[in-house]
Amino acid sequence: MAIDVATVKKVASLSRLREPEDRLQALSGELSGILGWIEQLNEVDVAGVEPMTTAVEQPTPLRDDVVSDGDKVAQVVANAPKTAEGFFIVPKVVE
Amino acid sequence: MSNLTHLTLKDAVDGLKSKQFSSAELTDAFIGAIESANPALNAYVETTFDKARAQAAASDAKLAKGEGGRLEGAPLGIKDLYCTAGVRTTACSGILSNFVPTYESTVTQNLWDDGAVMLGKLNMDEFAMGSSNETSHWGPVTNPWKSRGSNAALTPGGSSGGSASAVAADLCLAATASDTGGSIRQPAAFTGTVGIKPTYGRCSRYGMVAFASSLDQAGPITKTVADSAILLQSMCSHDAKDSTSLTVPVPDFASFVGKSVKGLRIGIPDEYRLDGIPAEIDALWEQGIAWLKDAGAEIVRISLPHTKYALPCYYIIAPAEASSNLARYDGMRYGHRTDKAQGLTDVYELSRSEGFGKEVKRRIMIGTYVLSAGFYDAYYVKALKVRRRIAEDFINAWNSCDVILTPATPSAAFELGDQAKAADPVAMYLNDVFTVTTNLAGLPGMSVPAGLDSQGLPLGLQVIGKTLDEGTVFAVGAALEQAAGFSAKPSKWW
Repeated sequence: MAIDVATVKKVASLSRLREPEDRLQALSGELSGILGWIEQLNEVDVAGVEPMTTAVEQPTPLRDDVVSDGDKVAQVVANAPKTAEGFFIVPKVVE
Repeated sequence: MSNLTHLTLKDAVDGLKSKQFSSAELTDAFIGAIESANPALNAYVETTFDKARAQAAASDAKLAKGEGGRLEGAPLGIKDLYCTAGVRTTACSGILSNFVPTYESTVTQNLWDDGAVMLGKLNMDEFAMGSSNETSHWGPVTNPWKSRGSNAALTPGGSSGGSASAVAADLCLAATASDTGGSIRQPAAFTGTVGIKPTYGRCSRYGMVAFASSLDQAGPITKTVADSAILLQSMCSHDAKDSTSLTVPVPDFASFVGKSVKGLRIGIPDEYRLDGIPAEIDALWEQGIAWLKDAGAEIVRISLPHTKYALPCYYIIAPAEASSNLARYDGMRYGHRTDKAQGLTDVYELSRSEGFGKEVKRRIMIGTYVLSAGFYDAYYVKALKVRRRIAEDFINAWNSCDVILTPATPSAAFELGDQAKAADPVAMYLNDVFTVTTNLAGLPGMSVPAGLDSQGLPLGLQVIGKTLDEGTVFAVGAALEQAAGFSAKPSKWW
C-alpha cells in the first residue's frame, strides 16, 4: 500500500513525532517501500492459526500482592529534566 | 607475560586462578589497548577505568585467598543496552544521552556477582535498530578487519557492533551483546568471533533497554565457543523481575563443548539456499556439512517452508513492539526534553524528534501504522499468525533432525557508508535473513567463525537448536570450530 504524504503526517502525529516538511516526501517513499515488501505476507494461508504473541510456553507468573519496593524518591527523579523537592517539573499544560 | 589481551576468557580465568598474572595486570593491559585503539575503532562509548581498577583490586584480594567466582578478575565490555548503576547508559540514542541508571540490569549484576571487571560500555546501533552500527548517536564502529588490498573502513555489523569489534581487536576478554533479529550473530560473523543467542527467556531482560520485548534476548560475543559457554552460564538466571524469564535450571554449558556429535542428525534447510547469495557463502555451508559428516553426524535435508516470510513478519512485529516501548520517551521523567516547546504536544513531538535518529523514527512510524485502527488485523494480527507458522516449521523439522546448520549472514562485512543500503532500508534489513527466524520462534542460535572469503574477511556458520537445547548447539559449534581451525586475526592497523 502506498503511504502518501498526508498519511505520513498523520502517522507521525500519532507517533508523537514531528518530521520536517522536506523529509515527508522521502519518508513516503521509504515507508511505502517497506510496507509494499511486507505485503507478501498475504500469500500465507493463516486460516485457523492462533496469533503467536510469545515464544514462552509457561503461564504468566503472579507475585504476592504486597509492597516489595519503594521509598526511592531521589532515585526516581534522578534523571528528570527538571525537578523540585522530589517532584517532576513539567511544562504548564493548562492555561 | 606479554600480550595478556590476546588470551581467551577461559585461559585468562585459569591464569588468574593459578596466579600466573593478576587481575590488575590484566586490566591495565586492556586499558592500554583501549586507549590506543578506541580513537580508530570507536568500540567503547564510555570507559570505566577507575571502576575497573577497583574491581580488579578486589578480585586480586579474593584470588590471593583462593576464593572468587567463575569470572573472578576477568575484564569484560558491556553493550550500552544494559543499565549499569551509576554509569551512563544511552542505548546509543540521543534521547538517553545523559541517562545514568540508578539500578543494575540482572544480566550485568550476575557478571559482577561472579567476579567480572567492567572496562566500559560498548557502542551499538541506536536502540539496537540496525545491522551496521551506523545508526548509533555516537557514530559508527569500525571493524578491525579490512579487505585484502583495501583501506576502506568496514562495518563490524550491528546492532552489537561495539561488542564484536572490541572482542575481535582484543579490547576485552569477552562482551555482552543482545539479539532481536540477529544482532549478536551477524556482528560475530562479520568479525571472526563467536556469538550465541540463547532460548528466549534464558536471560533476564530486566534492565536491558527495551526494543521489541517478545524478541529481545541477551547473549555473549566471545573469542571461542568454550568462552561463550562460560559467559552465557553467568548471564542466564531465573529472575522474578522479568515475567518472561524461564523457571528452568541452567545446565553446565561448558560440559557440552568437545562432546561428540556422532550420530546427531543435522538438518539442512532447502529454503536457506537463496538466489543472489555469493558462491563463497554456499561453499562454506557445504564445507560445514562435510566437517560434521566427517565427525560422524548424519546430514538430513529438511524444509522450513515459511522462511521467506520471516523478515517481513519481523518488520511488523518488531516495529509494533518498538513503537509501544519507545512511547515512554516523552521528555517528562527522564531523557531529552526540548527547550523549544510552546505547549504540551510540542514537548512530546519536539523532544522525541530531536532525540531519536532517522532509523528509529522510521520504525516507530511503521509500528504505529501497523497498529493503527483499520490496519491492526491486516498487518499486526496477520504477522502474529505467520509467526506461529514459522515456529511450527521448526517443530516439524525436529521430527527429523536434532540441530540445524545454515550460513550466518548473506555476505561478509560491507563498507561503512554503503550507499545502496543507506538508500533502501529493505536492503539493509536483508542482513538478518538467516538469523531472524530463531528470534520469532524463540530458539537458540550460534554463529561460529568458519573461514575467510577471497578478500580475507571472516564468514560464519549458524547452528540453530531446539528450545532450551543450547547444549547440542555448543557441541556442534565446538565441532565446527575445531574442524575449521579458525585462528585468523585482523592485522593491527589501529
